[in-house]
Amino acid sequence: MKFSTYLEQIAGVSIYPVVSLAMFVLFFSIVVYRIFLMNKEEIRHLENLPLKD
Amino acid sequence: MELEKFSYDNRLPKLFAIATITWGALGMLLGAIAALQLAFPILNFSEYFPHLAFGRLRPVHTNAVIFAFVGNGIFTAVYYSLPRLLKTSMWSKKLGNIHFWGWQSIIVLAAITLLCGMSTGKEYAELEWPLDILITIIWVIFGINMFGTILTRRERHLYVAIWFFIASWVTVAMLHLVNSFELPISLTKSYSWYAGVQDALVQWWYGHNAVAFFLTTPYLGLMYYFLPKAAERPIYSYRLSIIHFWSLIFLYIWAGPHHLLYTALPEWAQSLGTAFSIMLILPSWGGMLNGLFTLRGAWDKVRADPVLKFFVVAVTCYGMATFEGPMLSLKNVNAISHYSDWTVAHVHIGALGWNGFLTFGMLYWLIPKLFNTPLHSRKLAGTHFWIGTLGIVLYAVPMYWSAFRTYFMMKSFTPEGQLQYQFIDIVQTIVPFYVLRAVGGLIYLTGVIIMVYNLWKTAKAGKFVAEEEMEAPALVKNYKAPKGSFWHSFIERKPLMLLVLSLIVVSLGGLFELVPTYLIKSNIPTIASVKPYTPLELQGRDIYIREGCYNCHSQMIRPFRYEVARYGEYSKAGEFVYDHPFQWGSKRTGPDLARIGNKYPNSWHFNHMYDPTSMAPGSIMPSYPSLFDNELDLSTTNSKIHAMRKMGVPYPNGYEATANDDLRNQANAIANNLKQDKIEIPSSREIIAVIAYLQRLGTDIKVTTVTAK
Repeated sequence: MKFSTYLEQIAGVSIYPVVSLAMFVLFFSIVVYRIFLMNKEEIRHLENLPLKD
Repeated sequence: MELEKFSYDNRLPKLFAIATITWGALGMLLGAIAALQLAFPILNFSEYFPHLAFGRLRPVHTNAVIFAFVGNGIFTAVYYSLPRLLKTSMWSKKLGNIHFWGWQSIIVLAAITLLCGMSTGKEYAELEWPLDILITIIWVIFGINMFGTILTRRERHLYVAIWFFIASWVTVAMLHLVNSFELPISLTKSYSWYAGVQDALVQWWYGHNAVAFFLTTPYLGLMYYFLPKAAERPIYSYRLSIIHFWSLIFLYIWAGPHHLLYTALPEWAQSLGTAFSIMLILPSWGGMLNGLFTLRGAWDKVRADPVLKFFVVAVTCYGMATFEGPMLSLKNVNAISHYSDWTVAHVHIGALGWNGFLTFGMLYWLIPKLFNTPLHSRKLAGTHFWIGTLGIVLYAVPMYWSAFRTYFMMKSFTPEGQLQYQFIDIVQTIVPFYVLRAVGGLIYLTGVIIMVYNLWKTAKAGKFVAEEEMEAPALVKNYKAPKGSFWHSFIERKPLMLLVLSLIVVSLGGLFELVPTYLIKSNIPTIASVKPYTPLELQGRDIYIREGCYNCHSQMIRPFRYEVARYGEYSKAGEFVYDHPFQWGSKRTGPDLARIGNKYPNSWHFNHMYDPTSMAPGSIMPSYPSLFDNELDLSTTNSKIHAMRKMGVPYPNGYEATANDDLRNQANAIANNLKQDKIEIPSSREIIAVIAYLQRLGTDIKVTTVTAK
């Protein structure tokens, strides 16, 4: 018998992969959305940090 | 604004750089020797030095390259870049020194203990518990020094390289702690707290993320700092670097189960591993392109500057390996690659190309800076570059070839439905590829030696700059961000928040992956006939672990026709419930042993361990003559049984007291059985225990079948 057969006895185990995917998509969308709101001046400062030391 | 004076310390970066080069060359040399041992078993020198057999040497090679070479590379980069990016000195020189000498002591102790056979039997986490504790202490010291520096900075914003350093630090700490959960039975021996499927899942959650957060993310930090420096221009897209960071650390931690496809691991966990592995292509390639596009319009510089050449190939190898990785996590591709030389090729594209070349580029840039002089010879560096590249190609191509050849031979059946090739036939045809691979490795090593010479001459010609004086204004207290400033810079200004947030992000993956597996413990099918090992078998199993047999032999038969026909009934999760640690293995240089029990008579194993070619002509397995001389140490039986019971293995209460009697009875039975085949050996020798263990493997299930009938 397959291992997954026994695993199915855990209540709601199938939700795990779905929840994890949903969490990532949500997290990723927020990061991308906010990044495009970034201020250009600030980016210029940040990206030049290694060149200024 | 008033300027404050401070200085950058170059002594620690220099020490770490020297350690990187030294351990790197040594670790690679061990790799080349191990590669040659596979082609020419005589190089195991088993008669004289049982310590140098492949099973013990290979863990020293992998640990040396990962934790000594790349580890010191990370520290070189952190101790050089962190103060400069934050306009401050490293927080504590004393902690820095403890960190440096502590880490080097761990490396030396690791090499000695591994060669002496003190191993937990879990890949890339072989070190025994006292060293695990030492690693934890040194890692925390490193963390304190890093955070001390970040908290006393004069630059409000944390550059993206620092985020990668922070996330790496916290994740490696978490992985190390969770995976090293073990029950000591003596100073030099412990058992993994987890058993079987759980142990496998935790181990590969660790193994995969050690690649991610030790070999990849800190080196991305290195790339984001040194690549712009060497190219003298900012990174292509800072926005992309933020997306790269968050999505990479989020996704990486979920992908571990792709190391266990087709095994007895739950299906949903395998699918989860695959899905997240495929998604990993995006951030990885985002990062690669970000690195390469930084050189847009500056490719003429690449032609002239060896540092940039190394960086370009390193970043390209990163792209190749991170495309290949997700492909390998597809089940149909994994069916071919798993247990084969493909995995070996894949990790070496990463290790030689990405880690190696990025380190070399950094050193060629850094050493002249530290010694305030131009590089001794750009031409030699260019030679190193070409030799190194050739070495990588010559290493990888034979391994890919060998993998496919193995696969096609393994799965071919005659028209009558019999397996067409014996395992030993296949071994014989791939030995030439092992030779070629060793040649590739030696060529790569030659390049490294050229580098050592070049850097040595550079250092000789210049004068070491121990301190660089600097001045910068202090941070304004109660700083208020300008209106409309981006939330991310808020996180960025708060390093502890960044630490906590990245810990949350990485532990989510861990929780979702691991928790369900803990839950199944109560649901795990105790196959009625699966019983704990007898004391003699348990002792034999520990010798199996000591000799590192898992480096070449798996104990996990996948549900494929060609595996079942070759090795027997495919493996079930319930068969491993008493395996502390699991020994599924990850590479089949030799055949699978999951059902080796009762396949051959005791005398076969006896002769085979003494001289493998006597039973399997053409075998490349080392011989183990010392097992025939060593007396089995019976003093440990008591504590081993006790420890196992503590972890839930159902030995009866008080069994410790009589365990050695049972052990002797079983050993005598085996010795008597050998006598019938005209073999005289005292029953107290280690080989008897090894035979007992091998003869037990996979037989519990056979009992069921018999009773069922």
